[in-house]
Amino acid sequence: MKRTTITLIALLAGLGMANADTVAPADITFTDDGALAQSLTGVAGDPVEGAKVISSKSLGNCIACHEISDLADVPFHGEVGPILDGAGDRWSEAELRGIVANAKMTFYESMMPSFYKTDGFIRLGKAYTGKAYEGEVEPLLSAQQVEDVVAYLMTLK
Amino acid sequence: MKKFHGLAAITAASVLGAAVATADENAELVINGEIEITTRTNAPAHISDVLDEVLSGWRFRSDQTQEMEMDDFDNPGMLGVESALDTWSTADGSEGKSCADCHGEPEEMAGVKPVYPKWNEEAGEVRTLQMQVNDCRENRMGAEPWGYDKPVAIDMEALLASVSRGMPVNVAIDGPAQETWEQGKEMYYTRYGQLELSCANCHEDNYGNMIRADHLSQGQVNGFPTYRLKNTKLNGMHSRFKGCIRDTRAHTFSPGSDEFVALELYVASRGNGLSVEGPSVRN
Ligand code: HEC
Ligand code: HEC
Repeated sequence: MKRTTITLIALLAGLGMANADTVAPADITFTDDGALAQSLTGVAGDPVEGAKVISSKSLGNCIACHEISDLADVPFHGEVGPILDGAGDRWSEAELRGIVANAKMTFYESMMPSFYKTDGFIRLGKAYTGKAYEGEVEPLLSAQQVEDVVAYLMTLK
Repeated sequence: MKKFHGLAAITAASVLGAAVATADENAELVINGEIEITTRTNAPAHISDVLDEVLSGWRFRSDQTQEMEMDDFDNPGMLGVESALDTWSTADGSEGKSCADCHGEPEEMAGVKPVYPKWNEEAGEVRTLQMQVNDCRENRMGAEPWGYDKPVAIDMEALLASVSRGMPVNVAIDGPAQETWEQGKEMYYTRYGQLELSCANCHEDNYGNMIRADHLSQGQVNGFPTYRLKNTKLNGMHSRFKGCIRDTRAHTFSPGSDEFVALELYVASRGNGLSVEGPSVRN
Protein backbone atom coordinates (compact mmCIF):
# COMPACT_ATOMS: atom_id res chain seq x y z
CA MET A 1 0.00 0.00 0.00
CA LYS A 2 2.66 2.40 1.11
CA ARG A 3 4.75 1.45 -1.90
CA THR A 4 1.91 2.32 -4.29
CA THR A 5 1.52 5.75 -2.73
CA ILE A 6 5.19 6.52 -3.08
CA THR A 7 5.19 5.34 -6.66
CA LEU A 8 2.21 7.51 -7.42
CA ILE A 9 3.81 10.59 -5.91
CA ALA A 10 7.02 9.89 -7.78
CA LEU A 11 5.04 9.50 -10.96
CA LEU A 12 3.24 12.80 -10.49
CA ALA A 13 6.52 14.53 -9.72
CA GLY A 14 8.06 12.89 -12.77
CA LEU A 15 5.33 14.23 -14.97
CA GLY A 16 6.45 17.58 -13.71
CA MET A 17 3.98 20.25 -14.56
CA ALA A 18 2.04 18.32 -17.16
CA ASN A 19 -1.09 19.74 -15.59
CA ALA A 20 -4.24 21.12 -17.15
CA ASP A 21 -2.52 24.42 -17.95
CA THR A 22 0.25 22.85 -20.03
CA VAL A 23 0.08 23.91 -23.65
CA ALA A 24 1.07 21.17 -26.08
CA PRO A 25 3.61 21.97 -28.84
CA ALA A 26 0.88 21.65 -31.47
CA ASP A 27 -1.32 24.20 -29.70
CA ILE A 28 1.03 27.15 -29.36
CA THR A 29 0.64 30.26 -31.51
CA PHE A 30 3.55 32.56 -32.19
CA THR A 31 3.22 36.28 -32.89
CA ASP A 32 4.38 37.45 -36.31
CA ASP A 33 7.77 38.22 -34.74
CA GLY A 34 8.07 34.74 -33.27
CA ALA A 35 7.26 35.58 -29.65
CA LEU A 36 5.15 33.48 -27.26
CA ALA A 37 3.38 35.62 -24.69
CA GLN A 38 1.63 32.86 -22.79
CA SER A 39 3.45 30.67 -20.27
CA LEU A 40 3.54 27.04 -21.42
CA THR A 41 2.60 25.77 -17.96
CA GLY A 42 1.25 28.63 -15.84
CA VAL A 43 3.97 27.77 -13.31
CA ALA A 44 6.83 30.28 -12.87
CA GLY A 45 10.14 29.07 -14.28
CA ASP A 46 13.03 28.16 -11.97
CA PRO A 47 16.28 29.83 -13.14
CA VAL A 48 18.46 27.31 -11.25
CA GLU A 49 16.85 24.42 -13.10
CA GLY A 50 17.10 26.46 -16.30
CA ALA A 51 20.87 26.81 -15.93
CA LYS A 52 21.12 23.02 -15.56
CA VAL A 53 19.09 22.43 -18.72
CA ILE A 54 21.27 24.91 -20.62
CA SER A 55 24.55 23.29 -19.47
CA SER A 56 23.60 19.64 -19.68
CA LYS A 57 24.61 17.73 -22.77
CA SER A 58 21.58 15.43 -22.45
CA LEU A 59 19.07 18.29 -22.08
CA GLY A 60 19.29 21.69 -23.79
CA ASN A 61 23.04 21.55 -24.47
CA CYS A 62 22.71 25.23 -25.38
CA ILE A 63 26.35 25.88 -24.59
CA ALA A 64 27.29 23.53 -27.43
CA CYS A 65 26.60 26.58 -29.59
CA HIS A 66 26.49 29.55 -27.17
CA GLU A 67 28.94 31.05 -24.72
CA ILE A 68 27.53 32.28 -21.39
CA SER A 69 29.99 34.04 -19.04
CA ASP A 70 27.79 33.31 -16.04
CA LEU A 71 28.31 29.56 -16.64
CA ALA A 72 32.08 29.82 -17.12
CA ASP A 73 32.66 26.92 -14.71
CA VAL A 74 30.96 24.53 -17.17
CA PRO A 75 33.65 23.43 -19.66
CA PHE A 76 33.52 23.98 -23.44
CA HIS A 77 31.19 26.66 -24.72
CA GLY A 78 30.61 26.75 -28.45
CA GLU A 79 30.73 29.67 -30.85
CA VAL A 80 28.08 28.76 -33.42
CA GLY A 81 25.45 31.16 -32.00
CA PRO A 82 25.81 34.57 -30.37
CA ILE A 83 27.10 34.99 -26.78
CA LEU A 84 24.04 34.98 -24.54
CA ASP A 85 25.35 37.53 -22.02
CA GLY A 86 22.73 40.28 -21.80
CA ALA A 87 20.00 38.20 -23.50
CA GLY A 88 17.56 39.30 -20.78
CA ASP A 89 18.17 42.93 -21.76
CA ARG A 90 17.95 42.38 -25.49
CA TRP A 91 14.76 40.31 -25.45
CA SER A 92 11.47 40.25 -23.56
CA GLU A 93 10.31 37.11 -21.76
CA ALA A 94 7.79 36.43 -24.54
CA GLU A 95 10.49 36.77 -27.21
CA LEU A 96 12.87 34.46 -25.35
CA ARG A 97 10.10 31.87 -24.93
CA GLY A 98 9.50 32.02 -28.66
CA ILE A 99 13.23 31.67 -29.46
CA VAL A 100 13.66 28.64 -27.20
CA ALA A 101 10.44 26.95 -28.34
CA ASN A 102 11.11 27.46 -32.05
CA ALA A 103 13.90 29.86 -33.01
CA LYS A 104 12.96 29.56 -36.67
CA MET A 105 9.88 31.73 -35.99
CA THR A 106 12.20 34.58 -34.92
CA PHE A 107 15.26 33.93 -37.10
CA TYR A 108 14.54 32.77 -40.63
CA GLU A 109 15.99 29.29 -41.25
CA SER A 110 18.01 29.48 -38.03
CA MET A 111 20.48 26.72 -37.32
CA MET A 112 19.18 26.68 -33.76
CA PRO A 113 17.09 23.56 -33.05
CA SER A 114 13.41 23.92 -32.10
CA PHE A 115 13.11 22.76 -28.52
CA TYR A 116 9.31 22.68 -28.25
CA LYS A 117 8.14 21.17 -31.48
CA THR A 118 6.94 17.68 -32.36
CA ASP A 119 6.31 17.56 -36.09
CA GLY A 120 7.83 18.35 -39.47
CA PHE A 121 11.10 16.42 -38.98
CA ILE A 122 12.98 14.58 -41.72
CA ARG A 123 13.98 11.02 -40.73
CA LEU A 124 13.29 11.54 -37.05
CA GLY A 125 15.47 9.25 -34.96
CA LYS A 126 15.10 7.64 -31.56
CA ALA A 127 17.28 10.07 -29.56
CA TYR A 128 20.96 9.48 -30.47
CA THR A 129 20.66 5.80 -31.39
CA GLY A 130 20.54 6.38 -35.15
CA LYS A 131 17.41 4.19 -35.25
CA ALA A 132 13.97 5.28 -36.42
CA TYR A 133 11.65 6.92 -33.93
CA GLU A 134 8.88 4.81 -32.45
CA GLY A 135 5.77 5.94 -30.63
CA GLU A 136 4.74 9.42 -29.68
CA VAL A 137 7.13 12.28 -30.43
CA GLU A 138 8.44 14.12 -27.36
CA PRO A 139 9.76 17.66 -27.77
CA LEU A 140 13.47 18.18 -26.95
CA LEU A 141 12.49 19.99 -23.76
CA SER A 142 9.34 19.68 -21.63
CA ALA A 143 7.05 22.70 -21.24
CA GLN A 144 8.41 23.36 -17.76
CA GLN A 145 12.01 23.02 -18.89
CA VAL A 146 11.33 25.71 -21.50
CA GLU A 147 9.92 27.95 -18.76
CA ASP A 148 12.96 27.27 -16.56
CA VAL A 149 15.35 28.12 -19.40
CA VAL A 150 13.47 31.35 -20.13
CA ALA A 151 13.57 32.27 -16.42
CA TYR A 152 17.35 31.77 -16.44
CA LEU A 153 17.84 33.77 -19.66
CA MET A 154 15.89 36.64 -18.05
CA THR A 155 18.58 36.81 -15.33
CA LEU A 156 21.26 37.51 -17.98
CA LYS A 157 21.23 41.29 -17.76
CA MET B 1 56.98 -0.27 -48.19
CA LYS B 2 58.14 0.38 -44.66
CA LYS B 3 57.17 -1.90 -41.81
CA PHE B 4 55.51 -0.47 -38.76
CA HIS B 5 55.37 -1.32 -35.11
CA GLY B 6 52.94 -1.26 -32.19
CA LEU B 7 54.64 1.83 -30.81
CA ALA B 8 52.47 4.15 -32.87
CA ALA B 9 49.31 2.82 -31.23
CA ILE B 10 50.73 3.49 -27.77
CA THR B 11 51.54 7.08 -28.72
CA ALA B 12 47.94 7.49 -29.81
CA ALA B 13 46.52 6.53 -26.45
CA SER B 14 48.62 9.06 -24.56
CA VAL B 15 47.65 11.91 -26.85
CA LEU B 16 43.99 11.13 -26.26
CA GLY B 17 44.27 12.32 -22.68
CA ALA B 18 45.31 15.80 -23.77
CA ALA B 19 42.91 18.71 -23.45
CA VAL B 20 41.38 20.31 -26.51
CA ALA B 21 44.14 22.28 -28.14
CA THR B 22 43.60 24.71 -30.93
CA ALA B 23 45.07 23.98 -34.30
CA ASP B 24 47.82 25.80 -36.03
CA GLU B 25 45.81 26.63 -39.12
CA ASN B 26 48.87 27.88 -40.96
CA ALA B 27 51.04 24.78 -40.62
CA GLU B 28 51.82 22.85 -43.80
CA LEU B 29 51.76 19.09 -44.16
CA VAL B 30 54.72 17.17 -45.54
CA ILE B 31 54.74 13.44 -44.81
CA ASN B 32 58.03 11.60 -44.16
CA GLY B 33 59.81 14.80 -45.20
CA GLU B 34 58.94 14.06 -48.83
CA ILE B 35 55.23 13.78 -49.69
CA GLU B 36 53.80 17.29 -49.99
CA ILE B 37 50.12 17.41 -49.16
CA THR B 38 47.84 20.20 -50.36
CA THR B 39 45.64 20.92 -47.35
CA ARG B 40 44.37 24.30 -48.58
CA THR B 41 43.46 25.28 -52.12
CA ASN B 42 40.92 27.22 -54.16
CA ALA B 43 37.42 25.75 -54.03
CA PRO B 44 36.47 23.77 -57.16
CA ALA B 45 34.20 25.68 -59.56
CA HIS B 46 31.04 23.76 -58.65
CA ILE B 47 31.11 25.05 -55.05
CA SER B 48 32.76 28.43 -55.60
CA ASP B 49 29.40 30.09 -54.89
CA VAL B 50 29.53 28.86 -51.29
CA LEU B 51 33.26 28.50 -50.46
CA ASP B 52 36.38 30.40 -51.57
CA GLU B 53 38.84 27.79 -50.43
CA VAL B 54 38.76 24.19 -49.35
CA LEU B 55 40.65 22.97 -46.30
CA SER B 56 41.62 19.51 -45.17
CA GLY B 57 40.45 18.42 -41.71
CA TRP B 58 44.16 18.18 -40.84
CA ARG B 59 44.34 21.97 -40.55
CA PHE B 60 41.75 21.95 -37.77
CA ARG B 61 43.49 19.47 -35.52
CA SER B 62 45.84 20.17 -32.61
CA ASP B 63 49.62 20.42 -33.15
CA GLN B 64 50.12 16.99 -31.59
CA THR B 65 47.52 15.34 -33.80
CA GLN B 66 48.90 17.11 -36.84
CA GLU B 67 52.42 15.89 -36.08
CA MET B 68 51.33 12.26 -35.86
CA GLU B 69 50.49 12.38 -39.54
CA MET B 70 53.85 13.84 -40.57
CA ASP B 71 55.78 10.61 -40.17
CA ASP B 72 54.50 7.15 -41.01
CA PHE B 73 56.15 5.72 -37.90
CA ASP B 74 53.99 7.99 -35.74
CA ASN B 75 50.80 7.39 -37.72
CA PRO B 76 48.88 4.47 -36.16
CA GLY B 77 46.78 4.26 -39.35
CA MET B 78 49.84 2.83 -41.09
CA LEU B 79 49.39 -0.37 -39.06
CA GLY B 80 46.23 -0.94 -41.10
CA VAL B 81 48.22 -0.32 -44.28
CA GLU B 82 50.76 -2.88 -43.15
CA SER B 83 48.05 -5.43 -42.50
CA ALA B 84 46.54 -4.77 -45.94
CA LEU B 85 49.96 -5.39 -47.51
CA ASP B 86 49.72 -8.99 -46.31
CA THR B 87 46.17 -9.30 -47.61
CA TRP B 88 47.28 -7.82 -50.95
CA SER B 89 49.61 -10.72 -51.67
CA THR B 90 47.56 -13.51 -50.10
CA ALA B 91 45.55 -15.73 -52.46
CA ASP B 92 41.87 -16.08 -51.58
CA GLY B 93 38.69 -17.53 -53.11
CA SER B 94 37.95 -20.31 -55.59
CA GLU B 95 40.35 -18.90 -58.22
CA GLY B 96 43.30 -19.01 -55.83
CA LYS B 97 44.40 -15.51 -56.78
CA SER B 98 45.63 -12.54 -54.78
CA CYS B 99 45.31 -8.83 -55.59
CA ALA B 100 49.01 -8.89 -56.44
CA ASP B 101 48.50 -11.58 -59.10
CA CYS B 102 46.49 -9.16 -61.22
CA HIS B 103 47.77 -5.76 -60.10
CA GLY B 104 51.43 -6.24 -59.17
CA GLU B 105 52.84 -3.95 -56.49
CA PRO B 106 50.38 -1.77 -54.54
CA GLU B 107 52.29 1.28 -55.83
CA GLU B 108 50.97 0.48 -59.29
CA MET B 109 47.56 1.47 -57.99
CA ALA B 110 48.72 5.08 -57.50
CA GLY B 111 46.13 7.36 -59.12
CA VAL B 112 43.16 5.08 -58.45
CA LYS B 113 41.98 6.48 -55.13
CA PRO B 114 41.77 10.16 -56.25
CA VAL B 115 39.05 9.44 -58.84
CA TYR B 116 36.72 7.38 -56.63
CA PRO B 117 33.71 7.22 -56.32
CA LYS B 118 33.49 6.67 -60.06
CA TRP B 119 30.92 5.67 -62.66
CA ASN B 120 31.16 2.01 -63.69
CA GLU B 121 29.88 1.59 -67.23
CA GLU B 122 29.13 -2.16 -67.18
CA ALA B 123 27.39 -2.00 -63.82
CA GLY B 124 25.58 1.22 -64.70
CA GLU B 125 26.23 2.70 -61.26
CA VAL B 126 28.58 4.91 -59.30
CA ARG B 127 30.97 2.80 -57.28
CA THR B 128 33.10 3.54 -54.26
CA LEU B 129 36.57 2.05 -53.94
CA GLN B 130 35.29 -0.56 -51.48
CA MET B 131 32.58 -1.62 -53.94
CA GLN B 132 35.20 -1.98 -56.67
CA VAL B 133 37.47 -4.05 -54.42
CA ASN B 134 34.53 -6.32 -53.65
CA ASP B 135 33.82 -6.67 -57.35
CA CYS B 136 37.36 -8.02 -57.79
CA ARG B 137 36.91 -10.35 -54.86
CA GLU B 138 33.63 -11.79 -56.06
CA ASN B 139 34.11 -11.88 -59.83
CA ARG B 140 37.85 -12.33 -60.30
CA MET B 141 38.89 -14.19 -57.16
CA GLY B 142 35.71 -16.10 -56.39
CA ALA B 143 35.95 -14.82 -52.79
CA GLU B 144 33.37 -13.49 -50.34
CA PRO B 145 32.81 -9.74 -50.45
CA TRP B 146 34.01 -7.83 -47.40
CA GLY B 147 31.47 -6.10 -45.17
CA TYR B 148 31.25 -2.36 -45.78
CA ASP B 149 33.66 -0.32 -43.62
CA LYS B 150 34.74 -3.49 -41.83
CA PRO B 151 38.41 -3.52 -40.67
CA VAL B 152 39.78 -5.68 -43.51
CA ALA B 153 38.04 -3.48 -46.12
CA ILE B 154 39.12 -0.24 -44.44
CA ASP B 155 42.72 -1.44 -44.19
CA MET B 156 42.71 -2.17 -47.93
CA GLU B 157 41.23 1.25 -48.64
CA ALA B 158 43.98 2.75 -46.47
CA LEU B 159 46.64 0.92 -48.50
CA LEU B 160 45.13 2.15 -51.76
CA ALA B 161 44.92 5.69 -50.37
CA SER B 162 48.49 5.62 -49.06
CA VAL B 163 50.02 4.94 -52.47
CA SER B 164 48.14 7.97 -53.88
CA ARG B 165 49.10 10.39 -51.13
CA GLY B 166 49.88 13.84 -52.49
CA MET B 167 47.83 13.36 -55.65
CA PRO B 168 44.87 15.73 -56.06
CA VAL B 169 41.36 14.41 -55.47
CA ASN B 170 39.62 14.57 -58.83
CA VAL B 171 36.23 12.87 -58.91
CA ALA B 172 34.04 13.34 -61.99
CA ILE B 173 30.64 14.86 -61.31
CA ASP B 174 29.25 15.19 -64.80
CA GLY B 175 28.11 12.70 -67.42
CA PRO B 176 26.49 9.54 -66.07
CA ALA B 177 27.61 10.30 -62.49
CA GLN B 178 25.70 13.56 -62.37
CA GLU B 179 22.41 12.13 -61.16
CA THR B 180 24.10 10.44 -58.20
CA TRP B 181 26.04 13.62 -57.48
CA GLU B 182 22.79 15.64 -57.43
CA GLN B 183 21.31 13.14 -54.98
CA GLY B 184 24.34 13.54 -52.72
CA LYS B 185 24.12 17.31 -52.97
CA GLU B 186 20.50 17.29 -51.92
CA MET B 187 21.40 15.15 -48.90
CA TYR B 188 24.21 17.54 -47.97
CA TYR B 189 21.73 20.38 -47.59
CA THR B 190 18.90 18.36 -45.96
CA ARG B 191 18.25 19.25 -42.34
CA TYR B 192 17.90 15.79 -40.78
CA GLY B 193 16.58 14.69 -37.43
CA GLN B 194 15.05 16.34 -34.42
CA LEU B 195 17.89 18.88 -34.30
CA GLU B 196 17.21 19.72 -37.97
CA LEU B 197 20.85 20.09 -38.93
CA SER B 198 22.38 19.58 -42.36
CA CYS B 199 25.99 18.81 -43.21
CA ALA B 200 26.19 22.38 -44.52
CA ASN B 201 25.00 23.88 -41.21
CA CYS B 202 28.08 22.52 -39.47
CA HIS B 203 30.70 22.09 -42.20
CA GLU B 204 29.93 24.95 -44.62
CA ASP B 205 28.45 27.67 -42.39
CA ASN B 206 30.45 26.99 -39.22
CA TYR B 207 33.83 25.46 -40.03
CA GLY B 208 36.46 27.04 -37.83
CA ASN B 209 33.94 27.48 -35.00
CA MET B 210 33.80 25.38 -31.86
CA ILE B 211 30.67 23.28 -31.29
CA ARG B 212 31.01 22.44 -27.63
CA ALA B 213 34.48 20.77 -27.44
CA ASP B 214 34.78 20.09 -31.17
CA HIS B 215 36.58 22.33 -33.62
CA LEU B 216 34.45 22.12 -36.77
CA SER B 217 36.27 21.39 -40.02
CA GLN B 218 34.84 21.45 -43.52
CA GLY B 219 34.03 17.75 -43.18
CA GLN B 220 36.23 16.87 -46.15
CA VAL B 221 36.92 13.23 -46.99
CA ASN B 222 40.36 13.52 -48.63
CA GLY B 223 41.93 12.15 -45.42
CA PHE B 224 39.96 8.91 -45.30
CA PRO B 225 40.31 6.34 -43.97
CA THR B 226 41.04 8.33 -40.79
CA TYR B 227 42.69 6.94 -37.70
CA ARG B 228 40.73 8.54 -34.85
CA LEU B 229 42.29 8.97 -31.42
CA LYS B 230 38.75 8.84 -30.07
CA ASN B 231 38.12 5.20 -31.02
CA THR B 232 41.73 4.19 -31.76
CA LYS B 233 41.02 2.60 -35.13
CA LEU B 234 40.76 3.37 -38.81
CA ASN B 235 37.35 4.77 -39.75
CA GLY B 236 35.53 4.72 -43.07
CA MET B 237 33.74 7.68 -44.61
CA HIS B 238 30.32 6.09 -44.42
CA SER B 239 30.75 5.35 -40.73
CA ARG B 240 31.62 9.00 -40.21
CA PHE B 241 28.54 10.12 -42.17
CA LYS B 242 26.46 7.75 -40.08
CA GLY B 243 27.80 9.25 -36.86
CA CYS B 244 27.21 12.82 -37.98
CA ILE B 245 23.61 12.09 -39.01
CA ARG B 246 22.96 10.13 -35.82
CA ASP B 247 24.13 13.19 -33.87
CA THR B 248 21.27 15.21 -35.33
CA ARG B 249 18.88 12.75 -33.60
CA ALA B 250 17.97 11.29 -36.97
CA HIS B 251 17.30 7.82 -38.32
CA THR B 252 20.59 7.42 -40.13
CA PHE B 253 21.61 5.45 -43.25
CA SER B 254 23.88 2.38 -43.39
CA PRO B 255 27.47 2.17 -44.62
CA GLY B 256 27.39 0.97 -48.22
CA SER B 257 23.82 2.20 -48.82
CA ASP B 258 22.97 3.93 -52.12
CA GLU B 259 22.41 7.11 -50.14
CA PHE B 260 25.90 7.11 -48.63
CA VAL B 261 27.49 6.24 -51.99
CA ALA B 262 25.81 9.37 -53.41
CA LEU B 263 26.83 11.46 -50.40
CA GLU B 264 30.41 10.21 -50.68
CA LEU B 265 30.59 11.27 -54.32
CA TYR B 266 29.24 14.72 -53.50
CA VAL B 267 31.42 15.31 -50.43
CA ALA B 268 34.52 13.97 -52.24
CA SER B 269 33.83 16.40 -55.11
CA ARG B 270 33.82 19.31 -52.64
CA GLY B 271 37.45 18.39 -51.96
CA ASN B 272 38.58 18.21 -55.60
CA GLY B 273 42.05 19.76 -55.58
CA LEU B 274 42.99 18.74 -52.03
CA SER B 275 45.54 15.94 -51.81
CA VAL B 276 44.69 12.36 -51.01
CA GLU B 277 45.93 12.12 -47.43
CA GLY B 278 44.71 8.78 -46.08
CA PRO B 279 45.28 7.17 -43.77
CA SER B 280 45.13 10.44 -41.84
CA VAL B 281 45.07 11.09 -38.10
CA ARG B 282 42.16 12.89 -36.48
CA ASN B 283 40.70 13.17 -33.00
C1 HEC C 1 23.00 24.14 -32.97
C2 HEC C 1 23.20 25.48 -32.48
C3 HEC C 1 22.34 26.07 -31.39
C4 HEC C 1 21.86 25.50 -30.25
C5 HEC C 1 22.05 24.07 -29.75
C6 HEC C 1 21.16 26.53 -29.54
N1 HEC C 1 21.23 27.69 -30.24
FE1 HEC C 1 20.45 29.51 -29.65
N2 HEC C 1 21.04 30.33 -31.44
C7 HEC C 1 21.78 29.71 -32.41
C8 HEC C 1 22.06 30.63 -33.48
C9 HEC C 1 22.85 30.33 -34.74
C10 HEC C 1 21.45 31.86 -33.12
C11 HEC C 1 21.44 33.19 -33.89
C12 HEC C 1 20.13 33.40 -34.58
C13 HEC C 1 20.20 33.05 -36.04
O1 HEC C 1 20.69 33.86 -36.82
O2 HEC C 1 19.79 31.96 -36.38
C14 HEC C 1 20.82 31.63 -31.82
C15 HEC C 1 20.13 32.62 -31.10
C16 HEC C 1 19.72 32.50 -29.79
C17 HEC C 1 19.21 33.57 -28.98
C18 HEC C 1 19.14 35.03 -29.37
C19 HEC C 1 20.56 35.54 -29.30
C20 HEC C 1 20.74 36.99 -28.93
O3 HEC C 1 20.96 37.25 -27.77
O4 HEC C 1 20.63 37.82 -29.84
C21 HEC C 1 18.92 33.04 -27.74
C22 HEC C 1 18.38 33.77 -26.54
C23 HEC C 1 19.24 31.63 -27.81
N3 HEC C 1 19.73 31.34 -29.06
C24 HEC C 1 19.09 30.73 -26.76
C25 HEC C 1 19.35 29.36 -26.83
C26 HEC C 1 19.01 28.41 -25.78
C27 HEC C 1 18.44 28.79 -24.43
C28 HEC C 1 19.35 27.17 -26.24
C29 HEC C 1 19.14 25.82 -25.62
C30 HEC C 1 17.89 25.51 -25.01
C31 HEC C 1 19.96 27.37 -27.54
N4 HEC C 1 19.93 28.69 -27.86
C32 HEC C 1 20.51 26.35 -28.31
C33 HEC C 1 22.23 28.39 -32.38
C34 HEC C 1 21.93 27.46 -31.39
C1 HEC D 1 25.93 19.01 -35.46
C2 HEC D 1 27.08 19.24 -36.26
C3 HEC D 1 27.40 18.34 -37.42
C4 HEC D 1 26.61 17.96 -38.48
C5 HEC D 1 25.17 18.31 -38.74
C6 HEC D 1 27.45 17.15 -39.34
N1 HEC D 1 28.69 17.01 -38.81
FE1 HEC D 1 30.30 16.11 -39.69
N2 HEC D 1 31.44 16.51 -38.02
C7 HEC D 1 30.99 17.22 -36.92
C8 HEC D 1 32.06 17.28 -35.95
C9 HEC D 1 32.00 17.99 -34.59
C10 HEC D 1 33.16 16.60 -36.51
C11 HEC D 1 34.55 16.40 -35.91
C12 HEC D 1 35.38 17.65 -36.15
C13 HEC D 1 35.57 17.92 -37.61
O1 HEC D 1 36.38 17.23 -38.27
O2 HEC D 1 34.87 18.79 -38.16
C14 HEC D 1 32.73 16.15 -37.83
C15 HEC D 1 33.54 15.45 -38.73
C16 HEC D 1 33.18 15.09 -40.01
C17 HEC D 1 34.06 14.47 -40.98
C18 HEC D 1 35.51 14.09 -40.74
C19 HEC D 1 36.44 15.11 -41.34
C20 HEC D 1 37.90 14.72 -41.20
O3 HEC D 1 38.74 15.44 -41.74
O4 HEC D 1 38.19 13.74 -40.56
C21 HEC D 1 33.33 14.29 -42.12
C22 HEC D 1 33.80 13.66 -43.41
C23 HEC D 1 32.00 14.81 -41.87
N3 HEC D 1 31.95 15.29 -40.59
C24 HEC D 1 30.96 14.82 -42.79
C25 HEC D 1 29.65 15.21 -42.50
C26 HEC D 1 28.54 15.05 -43.42
C27 HEC D 1 28.66 14.49 -44.82
C28 HEC D 1 27.43 15.48 -42.76
C29 HEC D 1 26.00 15.42 -43.18
C30 HEC D 1 25.48 14.16 -43.54
C31 HEC D 1 27.85 15.98 -41.48
N4 HEC D 1 29.20 15.76 -41.34
C32 HEC D 1 27.02 16.57 -40.54
C33 HEC D 1 29.76 17.79 -36.73
C34 HEC D 1 28.69 17.70 -37.63
